[in-house]
Amino acid sequence: MTSFGVVLFHTTSSAFRAEKVVAKAHLAGKLVPTPREFSSDCGIALCFNWSQVEQVRASMESARVEIAGIHPL
Amino acid sequence: MIYLDNAATSWPKPPEVVRAMAEFLERAGGNPGRSGHGLSIAAGRVVYETRESLAEFFHAPDPLRVIFTQNATYAINLVLRGLLHPGDRVVTTAMEHNAVMRPLRALERQGICLTVVPCSADGSLDPADMRRAVEPGARLVVVIHASNVIGSLMPVESVSEIAHQVGALILVDAAQTAGVVPIDMQGVGIDLLAFTGHKSLYGPPGTGGLVLGDRVDVEAMEPLVCGGTGSRSESEEQPDDLPDKFESGTPNGVGIAGLAAGVRFVMERGIAAIRAHEMDLARELARGLRAIPGVKVYGPRDARRGTAVVSFSVEGRRVSEIGLRLDEEYGILCRVGLHCAPAAHRTIGTFPEGTVRLAPGIFTTPEDIRLTLEAVETIARR
Repeated sequence: MTSFGVVLFHTTSSAFRAEKVVAKAHLAGKLVPTPREFSSDCGIALCFNWSQVEQVRASMESARVEIAGIHPL
Repeated sequence: MIYLDNAATSWPKPPEVVRAMAEFLERAGGNPGRSGHGLSIAAGRVVYETRESLAEFFHAPDPLRVIFTQNATYAINLVLRGLLHPGDRVVTTAMEHNAVMRPLRALERQGICLTVVPCSADGSLDPADMRRAVEPGARLVVVIHASNVIGSLMPVESVSEIAHQVGALILVDAAQTAGVVPIDMQGVGIDLLAFTGHKSLYGPPGTGGLVLGDRVDVEAMEPLVCGGTGSRSESEEQPDDLPDKFESGTPNGVGIAGLAAGVRFVMERGIAAIRAHEMDLARELARGLRAIPGVKVYGPRDARRGTAVVSFSVEGRRVSEIGLRLDEEYGILCRVGLHCAPAAHRTIGTFPEGTVRLAPGIFTTPEDIRLTLEAVETIARR
């Protein structure tokens, strides 16, 4: 079974930037409403395949996307 | 009808702008960045992508430093009221629009120290005068990129260099140039760029923004308005994140969608091609007007005109009468008077009467110019 993770952001602008960054890196990612168990900073989060967590983290860092956290779902 | 008031707002708008706005309302009508559902995400994506395309368009350092506002005036006020404190020295020019002059005069009463550098009657600024004015210790230099009265271009590159030498920031009012004169913020060293969406970027009224360069310390800049941003909702303090710090309240998503389409229109046609078309018409207009007895054309000689804005007057005639007759007898639409720029009119010697301003745009034709010259000739005669 596939497990997922979410990238959390402080602003929606960062979320939209992240969506483009993962797409460019050919990683699967989808903007979703932020699950309530996490911070309420920003209403949308980027959901991704947890098996790619390191690539997602690296892509956020290299594109200097400001994130509020990365968590497994 | 011949529309020659493009310096006030461009008209008509390209059909793709109208389509993009209708499409936004039909398909992406959520509140951008507020909720997690599809419509909100679609709206937010449109807003973010417009930020990206504007950052690319102006060679800005970062799309998150593109702040949307309802117009250039708001963007200018945001800088002046957000950055300046009593005792700060600000330098500007004698060609500015009231979007700059009025907030500066208001702040002067609150204790900022304002220097207005005189310009020549053709609107030109001598960088040596600017150099003298910024010393000692100016905090900010504000300069109009091109005059909304006569289309003269300011030497922004040298002004930026002069400002930076004394540690000042430069704010450029690009209301008349964004979309028709190339703007390279990083190349030229523009720290703050105020632009409007509804002129040469072909977006709708109610759009515009402020682009912040790298030198601007955003933590030291206060927002004009605080409120909901869709981010850090647990806090009752305004967030410091960009662009949210300066964008409280629901943004004009539909307008921004139209602006995005306008920017695409400009990029597809190319600034150089748009400018060449408009400047050919402006030169033809100025040449034709000069040949009419009693007509005086203001501003730089043709080669130095920066944008397609031509101001003139007719000896012994009120500009309001000329404007009215152009409209009622010929269906030619223009703007007469002081164009919200009393300083510029004082500089060119047309205060308080003002001028008749003709501003062709991308959709103006040579035939429109020929008919306009015929009309002015007839009006000047009787």
